[in-house]
Order: sequence, then C-alpha cells, then structure tokens
Amino acid sequence: MGCGWRTVQWKTEMNTSMTNTPPVLTVDGLRVEIPTRRGTLLALDNISFSIAPGEILGMVGESGAGKSLTGMAILGLLDPPGRVAAGEIRLGERRLDNLSQREMRKIRGKEIGAIFQDPLMSLNPLLQIGDQLVETILTHLPVTHEQAVQRALGLMHAVGIPAPEARFESFPHQFSGGMRQRIVIALALCAEPQLVVADEPTTALDVSIQAQVLQLLRTLCRDKGTAMLLVTHDMGVIAETADRVAVMYAGRIVEIGPVEDVIRNPVHPYTRGLMGAIPTLKPVTGPLAQIDGAMPRLNARPTGCAFNPRCPNVMDRCREQSPAITARTPRHDVACWLATETRQDAEVTA
Amino acid sequence: MTTLTQDTVASMAGALPPAPTRAAARGANADAGTISLDVQNLTRHFPIGSGLFRGALGGHQPVVKAVDGVSFAIRRGETFSLVGESGCGKSTLARLVAGLDKATSGTTRFADAANKGHRVQMIFQDPYASLNPRYRVGTAIAEPIRFQKLLPEAQVMPRVHELLQQVGLAPADALKFPHEFSGGQRQRVSIARALAGNPTFLVCDEPTSALDVSVQAQILNLLRQLQERLGLTCLFISHNLAVINYVSHDVGVMYLGRLVEVAPTRTLFEAPKHPYTQLLLAALPQLDSRGRDKSPITGEIPSPLKPPPGCTFHPRCPHAMERCRSENPQLLPQPDGAQIACHAVQERRIPVLFHPTPALAHA
Repeated sequence: MGCGWRTVQWKTEMNTSMTNTPPVLTVDGLRVEIPTRRGTLLALDNISFSIAPGEILGMVGESGAGKSLTGMAILGLLDPPGRVAAGEIRLGERRLDNLSQREMRKIRGKEIGAIFQDPLMSLNPLLQIGDQLVETILTHLPVTHEQAVQRALGLMHAVGIPAPEARFESFPHQFSGGMRQRIVIALALCAEPQLVVADEPTTALDVSIQAQVLQLLRTLCRDKGTAMLLVTHDMGVIAETADRVAVMYAGRIVEIGPVEDVIRNPVHPYTRGLMGAIPTLKPVTGPLAQIDGAMPRLNARPTGCAFNPRCPNVMDRCREQSPAITARTPRHDVACWLATETRQDAEVTA
Repeated sequence: MTTLTQDTVASMAGALPPAPTRAAARGANADAGTISLDVQNLTRHFPIGSGLFRGALGGHQPVVKAVDGVSFAIRRGETFSLVGESGCGKSTLARLVAGLDKATSGTTRFADAANKGHRVQMIFQDPYASLNPRYRVGTAIAEPIRFQKLLPEAQVMPRVHELLQQVGLAPADALKFPHEFSGGQRQRVSIARALAGNPTFLVCDEPTSALDVSVQAQILNLLRQLQERLGLTCLFISHNLAVINYVSHDVGVMYLGRLVEVAPTRTLFEAPKHPYTQLLLAALPQLDSRGRDKSPITGEIPSPLKPPPGCTFHPRCPHAMERCRSENPQLLPQPDGAQIACHAVQERRIPVLFHPTPALAHA
C-alpha cells in the first residue's frame, strides 16, 4: 500500500514546519470562570497548548470536560457570565483574549474559521447557499462581486459538491446533512483562515459520510497549511485525523502529546481507562475496562486531582494536591503524580 | 399477524427467574438453538402527504418503505443486533418487535407467546426523555410490577431495592428524582425499570448512544452480565459497529429498510461479504488505523421516498452491474452461515475478501 510512504512524508513536513515556524495559536494558562449566585465555578483551569501551521490538534474528553468551552474561548464566543479570568490566547503574535467583541468579529471568519456540530444551525435557512458564501467572502476579502462568485464556486468544488453551478442557488434544506456540513466547511475556509476551530464536526453524520468529511478536513489542512483545533468525544476520529491530542478531564488537560504516543502508551490513568473502555472490532475477550463513577460536576470538584475518586492508582498525595502538567518526553506532557513519581524513581535509579 | 401477548394477570411468585448459565459456546445450554423470535417478511410502510387529500389524488399515495420485507430469527438467550445508518429502518423494526407499532404486513412470532410470563420490555436511547421527571425513581421502577400485578404490594419495594442493586445503584436511590442522577445512572434506572417487568425478551434501541465512552463501557458490561444471569433474549439496535461487536451473537446489516447481510458476529467482522458492510467497516474510525489509506464511500443514502430500482445500494456500489440496477437481490445463505442479498456475491464477482480485523492491518 502506498499509505506508509505518505505518512512518512507528511511527518517530515510536520517536523520542519514545527521547528521553523512559530505556532499559529498559543493558549497559555487559560482559566475560564463562571460566576454564579452560589460562588464562582472554575470551568477551565490552566489550559496551555499551541498549534503549528498545518497541524491538527485533537481535543477529546467526556461531556462537560471543557473541550467545547476551550474552542469557544478561542473564538471569543463565551456565553456570559462565563469569562476568561487569567491566561492568554494568541493568534500568531496577537493577543485575542483582551479584544473587544467588535474587534473579535473582524477576526472570526477571516483569521479563525469555525465549524460546529449541527450544520443547520450555522446556515441561514432563508438564503441561497451561493449568496451566503459570497456574503462571507465579500465581508472579509477585498474582492469584487464577480470574483467572490468565482471563489465561492471554487470552494464548493473543493469541498466536493458535485455541479456547484447547479447547486449555487439551492437553499440549505435542499441538501443532505453531509452536503450541508461541506458547505459549512466551505464557509469556514472561504477567507483562508490561519486557524479552524471544528467542534464535533462529524458527530451528527453517519459513518460513511463522516469518513468523507474527515478526509476532506485533513486534505484541506495539509494543502493550505491551516492549523486546526478538532474537538470531539470520539477517540477514533482523533486517531484518524489529528497529529497531536489533548485529553481533557474536569476542565484541565491531563495528557497531551502526539496521537501515536497517547494511544499506544497512554500514561494518565484516565487516558488508559478511556482506551480500554472503547469497544473495538477485534474478537471480544472479556468485559470492557471500566472507569467506575462519573466525572465530577463543576460545583463538586474534589480536592487534589479531580480524577482521584475514580483512579485505580490513587495515592494520598492525589487527594491533597492537584498535579501540574509536566513533560514526560519533550512532546508528551502528563498531569499525574504517578507519572512524576515514576520518573523521579527512574532518575534516582539511573 | 403479530402475536405479542402481554401477560397482564400472571402473578409471579418468585422474585427472579432461575438464572441459567449461558455458556460461552453455543449448544451447551439446554434449550440453546431454539428460536425465541421468528420474524417473517415484516413490512412497515408509512403513507406520506396530508391526511386531508389522502385518497383524493387518485390512489397514488406515496409511501416510505421504512421496513421492507425483513425476515430473521433470534435464538433463545442470544443477542441479535441490527446495524445501519440513520434512516435505514432499524428503530422502526425495533418498535414493531416491541409491539409499539403495527406492521403493514408480515409476522413477528414469539415462541413463548402462549406461555404465562412472556414479556417484552424496551430500553430507549435517551434516558433523559424516557423517565418521568416528576416520578421518584422507585415509583418509576415499581410501576411495571404494580401494573402487571407481578407481586403483592408488600413485596414491591423490596423488589425495587433489589433491582437497583442489580444495576449498580443503591436502594436509597429509590427516593431520588431523575434529575439527581447523571446520564449513565439514569440509563441504569431505565434498565432496572425494564427488568422490573420480568421480561424474557429485551429490545434495546441505541441504549448507549447518548452516553460518554467510559459510561458506555459500564452500561455495556452491565447489559452483558444481566443477559447472562437472567437468560434474556435481546434485539439490540445500534449504529456503532464496535458496540455491536461487543454485545451480539448475530448481526443484521440494514440498508434502506432491507437486510443486506445477516451473519454470526465473528463472520461478519472477519469476512464481510456485502459491499455495503465492507464499506461500513472500512469507514469506521479506529484507534489503531492511523495513516490508513482510505477510499471513502462515495455518495449518500438515497431518499427513502424514491429508492433506486433493483438493489437499493447499486448507485454507491463499486461492483454494480446491469442486473443490480433492475433486479432486487434476495437474502441467500452462504457456505459459512452468513446470508447475503447481493448479486455480485451470488455470481462470485466479489473476491471473498478475508478481512483480518481491519484495525490490525497497520499495527
């Protein structure tokens, strides 16, 4: 098969781009709080990561872990009263977290594209597809109407809509779910953004259509050097699409690293449990690995490590102090006392 | 016609039916191999268009053939799963089997239908929608017991507590309301309520699709364990092939209202024969399928209003020929126990792909 060669070539491109060019997106110590009548809830705590040009960073976690919230914070679309309480979000050199809504509106759509789960929510049901694309292009790029139409047709072709001229005047309801999501992707990419935030882009689609859309996203990122934050609950989607993955639990990143490392050698007990809990197509040999209990709610976060009540390797220290995320290898970071201690042991024996 | 007798007056004395041990291999059980449910030519057509003009348009009432001539059988104590993409008719089929909807034609015959104590229960996808928010959980679980008068009133609450423990909750939870539980716990309550009616047959419609992976694993383990302990026969519906692999003995793949492949689970996953099954398996994102060179399925599911003539899969099928465009293939048995509805397979035009588990290909 030719795929081995393709993977290798892609990897080398990735490495050079990562060493030579500064990241497109840097999130540094992001903290999001939601003030309520019963006190302030800490929704995101010390989130730090960066995405290089052409790189896809997957963000995975259970519902309520804060993965969508991270995407929303980057897009400047946090629902009040939620707010960025600390940390920085930078697009290239430019800080985004302290921009006004007005300034953010110029960046969204132009420099950051967004793709959400439900394509019907992102499209205006009363406007023809072509007009929606042309409007977005004219808003963000200095082109004439005629050029915008040509660009829109080109985009529709690029995202795999057959006979774009014929579908240009169609309305969203005349398309199937998969086709609608392709149009949303075309909308997100129409100003050639540096970064795309894709929040569960294929969750509403069937597997066969999902495979088509994921393939499309991957090719577009590769060809145009667009960085992407891919938020999903499906580890399989991450494995097939992303270059690196950040695993979130209760508002924190507990493990982040290259997809191969995290899937083959998960270090955090939560990631390890998660991997064992995913049913596969292999012959069934026994019960699925089970993480008992459920993720704590925001108002009932335990002291110390948030995972400690469910952790099979819990130690006294985990119940008192929350572990900081630390590098295990240069590109693989883990927030777990166990990982820190085994490393210290290893250093001592060495 | 549908012979679904809900035995309402039987009062079961014992709390639980004796737990038969379901052996891992088929045939070890005393009544293994006997058919529990036999479905023949089941069809459900939904007429569409406004009721006002029904019939006034000259008898050309358009219909959606949600389920179109489906036949299969489920052996006692086993799980038969239906898999397919949205709109293929799997949930309609589940509702027909559970007796929640009437078939247009065809039969569902339960072998135990004549026996006292034969009951069908259903577990739904959304545990938020299937529990009454104003009922305490204990009342909700007790309802089937009281309604069917299974136990004298004094024994109802002890049985509810026992059921809660059986699904991994505490007896004290009986006094709580559904909103006090997480999604996974709510699905446990739904399972307890389904078991409260002492069912012999369980219909599970996407029971874990609304749950997170770690919670899904808990519920799948629980369902398997309960099935083995209680000797339940199950019809399991899911769009997730990996979940299907974990729970089923036999699998039926549906496409536009028809079964295109029925096979024992291992046969289906190791040697999928129908082109649609092959494409579904290839499209499933896998943990260790990184860098897999994919040839994604082209095209989409056609509108069920205007299904293509002949084999409904032919517009997307890489092996389609003239015959596929005109003649609807029948479900025919294969040497290895599978049943396939495909002209190309029948004419041996598709090489018998021996798929190793696709996940292992690039390990």
